[in-house]
Parts: sequence; structure tokens; C-alpha cells
Amino acid sequence: MTVTNLKLISEREDRFVEGHRLCAGCAEPIIARQVLMATEKPIVVSNATGCFEVSTSNYPFTSWNVPWIHSAFENAAATISGVEAAYNALKRKGKIKEDIRFVTFGGDGATYDIGFQAISGAIERGHHFLYICLNNEAYMNTGIQRSGATSMGASTTTCPAGTCVPGKREFPKDLTKIIIAHDLPYAAQASPHNFKDLIEKAGKGFEANGPAFINVIAPCPRGWRFDSAKTIEISKLAVETCLWPLYEFENGKWQLTGDSRRIAEGGKKQLPITDWLKSQGRFSHLTKEKWAGVVVEIQKNVDKKWGELLKLCKQ
Amino acid sequence: MAIIAMNGDQAIALSWRQIDPDVVAAYPITPQTIIVEQFSEFVADGLVNTEFVCAESEHSALSICIGSAASGARTATATASAGLAFMWEVLYVASAMRLPIVMAVANRALSGPINIHCDHSDSMGARDSGWIQLYGENVQEAYDNSLMAFRIAEHPEVRLPIMTCLDGFIVTHSLERFEPLPDDVVKQFVGEFKYRRSLLDVSKPVSMGPFDGTDYYYEHKYAQVEAMRRTIPVINSVAKDFAKLTGREYQLIEPYKLEDADYAVMAMGSTAGTLKETVDELRAEGKKVGSIKLRLFRPFPSAELMKMLEGLKGVAVMDRAISIGASGPLFPEVRSALYEAKHRPKLSNYIYGLGGRDVRPEELRSVYNDLMSGSGETVNYLGVRA
Amino acid sequence: MPGERSSEMEEGAVIIEPGSSRKYKTGDWRSKRPECDELKCTNCLICWIYCPDNSIIVENGKRVGFKLTHCKGCGICANQCPAKAITMREEGA
Repeated sequence: MTVTNLKLISEREDRFVEGHRLCAGCAEPIIARQVLMATEKPIVVSNATGCFEVSTSNYPFTSWNVPWIHSAFENAAATISGVEAAYNALKRKGKIKEDIRFVTFGGDGATYDIGFQAISGAIERGHHFLYICLNNEAYMNTGIQRSGATSMGASTTTCPAGTCVPGKREFPKDLTKIIIAHDLPYAAQASPHNFKDLIEKAGKGFEANGPAFINVIAPCPRGWRFDSAKTIEISKLAVETCLWPLYEFENGKWQLTGDSRRIAEGGKKQLPITDWLKSQGRFSHLTKEKWAGVVVEIQKNVDKKWGELLKLCKQ
Repeated sequence: MAIIAMNGDQAIALSWRQIDPDVVAAYPITPQTIIVEQFSEFVADGLVNTEFVCAESEHSALSICIGSAASGARTATATASAGLAFMWEVLYVASAMRLPIVMAVANRALSGPINIHCDHSDSMGARDSGWIQLYGENVQEAYDNSLMAFRIAEHPEVRLPIMTCLDGFIVTHSLERFEPLPDDVVKQFVGEFKYRRSLLDVSKPVSMGPFDGTDYYYEHKYAQVEAMRRTIPVINSVAKDFAKLTGREYQLIEPYKLEDADYAVMAMGSTAGTLKETVDELRAEGKKVGSIKLRLFRPFPSAELMKMLEGLKGVAVMDRAISIGASGPLFPEVRSALYEAKHRPKLSNYIYGLGGRDVRPEELRSVYNDLMSGSGETVNYLGVRA
Repeated sequence: MPGERSSEMEEGAVIIEPGSSRKYKTGDWRSKRPECDELKCTNCLICWIYCPDNSIIVENGKRVGFKLTHCKGCGICANQCPAKAITMREEGA
């Protein structure tokens, strides 16, 4: 069982350090720190182009205290496949003695869209690596443009809310389900507010007998328009509204975790999606009377997907 | 060793079997497919220890090679045409990261229209990427270049990725006699893989592929320029070692009957072979002509080229690729190399063989006739029904 | 820090000093700084797990201070502290 005792973890050396250029209140370093706490084995990290990569490797500064590689935007999963292949080859020859784990960080751009091919291929080939999707629902690094992960109704710079169009018209891809369709050993959805859940999931991912994937909601103060102090609060709201349920797929079995399980079992109430929409400036146009129908559509979709998930988890 | 018969693809696969790289990651594309198919048979029969990764695309294939080479593993791949084009972005990254990846390129035309036959548009399109480029005329050369490529790329003064080019179908699929080296000789010639930094050296964590601002990018690129500058002496010294083993001498540029020639035609790849036939015929008629085979395209051997061509009356540069809106890609580089020569030959360009259009000795003869009669344009299109 | 000339830089633009970003002081980004009422603090370390910038100093399982060289003043620690022990104060106030 992965150690989630904060006091014990705080005694370890930091694998990811301060001095990076991520915005104040960015969820990505919070998530990365938690993931890196999920194993004490030596690790190698690959990182797709994006906020996280650029801000933590601004030459000559690096925030990484572990081996780390970035090569391009759409190929972080392919890059780590190469590292893992080399590890297998060299371990077989007795040239490497350590038991090393491999983890990839990619944003939703790199994972849902441009890098989808690479992650699908890497999973199909069965490389032993953990892929963490830092989902802030847009191509944030290039200026908050919409991605396949952007929420319906969100205003981004390539689907702005205007007088005629209320932001993004499409619902996001359910990438977690698409990845699960590859029938990999482990996949999950997580949120940085529930660090115990995230660290345990990452721990399972690191020890999975094959590829593992965790999709993590990563609220972005800049792109989603909220006060930088509220990042963790908002990630919790994503789960409490059932917009971003916490669940895992482990060796073929689906199960809810954290607040999602409590909501399913009746121990906690599902919050209305309006709470979520009110909390961020990217949805502020939806308070207008003319877009009331959009809010209804969004709630309907949350409920539909939640219902589907409940069935899969046999709740 | 005994002379055997194989096609170019098989010979490349053989060279890989003998070298037994740590990792091969590739995606199939005509006319390179035999390389990966043959090599995967070696894997299936346990003849190599290679971790063979069937990538889901060429962009991923080269990205996998990057991850592998960055992890202290000897890494090889192969591609052609659209596959090389798909890798284009990461070619630059592999070179910038100074990873000694060895890639065989089965020269094939770029789409469109889609065409599976030989021309040099694919590797020419990659000429700015910082990869070393060697071109082989026939199966023997394809095999020999493949062996030397590992030594060249991995040399501590160089450490750049390298592509060894062989003409698609013409060399890749033609059965030719050639003399391979024995397995143990290959192993000794290529040696153990030595790397500078590895991601798997977990006790010495490094960050590879950082973000450069305006204050560092130029210096990092310049370091690649310097590495390329150090490459020619390394290529020559590796060729010298190779000659000691095999008796086969490889130069950067190979002259044929050039000593007292007035006119010469230059080409890369298999056409250099056909040219030798044409030269022999013309010489038999008393014409003072010769030919030049360019083996090394990147780094471009300007100084050596100037020395060799200076004093000739006329040189026709044959390009099996076209930079639409300009000329062939090889031509301006040759012209530039000769700009400061005291006695510059008259230079002309012949675009030929695009999309595998066959070039016959008669057509090559017409190029010599143009040279000798002083006719022809600066840029000519040989063999097209205009 | 690496040399400034091309020939002095590590081959392949590799950064060989892990964690070198510690030398880059992001502390001057902030306009608010965290302050902790020691009497209220229970050393739960919730602030530490949520800090994006490793700026909660923990020794022997106790929160002993804030790393003001790097703290960007996001306010997550104050927002999340279960004991409401942390407040954000305007810089220069």
C-alpha cells in the first residue's frame, strides 16, 4: 500500500523543486508533486510540450531532481516508450541494476488531441509506464485555446463566448473511457484536492503490470478565471458536482473512490453544476438569460455521464 | 568472407543483425519494409538481443529512438519518403540532443502525387536538420555505409545522428553480389556503445530537451555546427580503418576517370554507377570525360569539391530532386563551393529520375554532349515529357 | 551555472545540475505573503501538500516556516488550512 502519511513523505528528498515559472496557484505542480510521492523507486520522467514542461526546464534552470526528458509536443508517450525499451534491453544485458519506474506528464492538448496517437500506441504495445494527464481543459501554454477536453459552454480564445455563440458547442471527449477501452491494467480519474486518493492511484499506476493512465483535473487560475487561492477548492467542486468523478479501472473492474463513492452511496449530496459554473470566469456568460438552455444541457450531460458511470461501477 | 547475393534492404538488415543494436524502433514504408521484416525475423529467431519496437507511426518511431538513445542504448531505425517527412520535426530534435541514432533511408519520392519509386526528395528535404548524410551507390556500399555509420555517429567528437541513403527499389530491391564482413569482425569494428549522458543513470539526474530563450538557442545550435565541422575527419578516419579490414576505400567524393578529363557529370546514389558505364563508352570514343560520385552530402565537402572540380571545363550536376521555384538541391551547393575557385568550370544542373523515372545511358550521354557542345540551359529537366 | 560560450555549454543542451531552478527566486512575483498563527497550527501539513512552489518549510514533521525566496503568494495554503491558521497579508503593508 502506498504511503500517504504526509509527515513520513515530508522527510524524503524533493523530486520536484521550487523556482519553476508556473503561475501562482497552478494545479500542475501540486499534482506532479503528489504523483512523484507515490513511489520511492528511481524514476525517469518524460514531459510533453506545454506549460508544465516549459516552466520547469527554462534553460539553464530545471525544477527536476530526477532524470527528465522533453522532445516534442505529441510524442511524450513515444519518448518514454523509447526510454523503457532501452531500460528493458540494457537490464537484460545486466548493464542496469536498478528497478526503475517511468512516468509521463502531458497536458490535455498533448493527451486528448495532438498526442493521442502516441499514447494509444504506447498503451497498445504494453510499455510499463504511468501516464498522467494534467487536464486544464485547454491549450493553456499557447494562450487558452480550446482542446478536445474543454467543457461545453466554456469560453476559450478559439471558441470565445460572443453575442452569437456561447463558447464551446461540443462536449469533451471522454478520454479516460477511451484509454480504458485499450484494456490496460490500470486507469483512473483523480483530483489534487484528494491527495490521499491521487497518491494511492499513482502508486497503483507505478506498480501496474503494464501501462497505466491517470486523468487529473488541473484547475487553471489564469485560463479558467478564478482567484489563485481557490485551485484546490475548485478541483473539489469538480468532483462534488459529478462533472469529474473519481474512479478507477483496475484489472477490468470499475470502482468509484473518494467523494464520488460517497455521493453514489448516498452519504453526500451531488452539488448542482451551477455551483461549478459560478466559480469560474470562463463560464460567466452563461448567467445570461439567452444561454439558460446551455446550462440545462450541461447539467443533463453531467447527469447522463454520471448515470453511465454508476452502471459501470455497479452502484 | 564469401560473396553472397542480397538486395539492399536485406544487406542493411544483415548489418543490424551483426551489430545487434540495443533498440530498433521502426514503422514500415515501401521500399524499406524488407529491412524491418527481415530484422524482425532475426528477433523472432533469437539471433539478436535487440528490443524491437513496432512503432505506430514514423514520428513515434523516431521519438522512441530519441528516448532510447538518450538512455544509453545503441539505436537504429529506417524509413523512406512520407515516413521521413512525418519525422521531420523530430529529426531536428534528435540532432539538437546530440543522439547518435543511425537511420537507413530508402530514398523514395515524396507525395504528391503518391509514388513509391526512387528519388532523393525525401533525404534532401531533411538536409537542414543536422543529420549526417551518406549516399550509397549499390548494395555493397549500402552495407558498408551502414557499418561505418555507427562508428561515425558515436564518435565522441561527433555524436550526431546519421542517415545512410540507398536508392529505393533500385538498390533496396535489386539482388546484387556483395561481400559482407564476418560477424565477429563487425562487432570488433563497431565496438561497444559509449554514451555521454543517460537518463537511466539515476544517480546523476539530468534534464534533456529544455526550453531555450533567445539567450541560449543560438549557442546550442552553434554547438551542432561545430560538431558537423568535426565530422569530416572522423568519416575519413573511419573509412581508413574500414579499408584496412576490407580493402575497400571510401572517399567523401569519388572521381572516375577524372585525371585528364575536360568534362564531368556528378551524381549521388545508383546513377553514379550508370555514369561510369557512360564514361567508359565515351572514353572508348576518345572523349576526355569523367564522372564524380558524391558520397557525403552532409556535412557538405565544399573544400574537397572545389579541389576536385577546379580546372574542369564543365560539370553537370545531376539532381534526383527538385526545389520547386529554384533548381535541384545539390546544384547550388556545388556552385557555391566553386564560387571562389580560380578556374571555375561551367556548371549546369540536370533534374532527372523524379518518381523513379529511369535514366538510361543514352540520356546520360546527352548530358555529356551538352557539356561538350556548350549547349543546354543552366537548369535542365532530363527525361520529362514537357 | 553553465559557461556562456557555446563550446563551454553541456553537449545537447542537457541541464546537468538537477534542481537548479532553486537558484531562480520566484518570491518577488508575489503581492501577498502568508503568515501563520503558530498557536492555531496543528502541523497537519495540508499547506505543505498543496503548495505549488515547495514553499512550506517542514522539519521533523512540523511546519516551521514559509520559503519567502520562492513563495508566489497564491494563497492556497491560507485557503485550505483546516485550522484557519494562515492569513495572506499585502506585501509592503
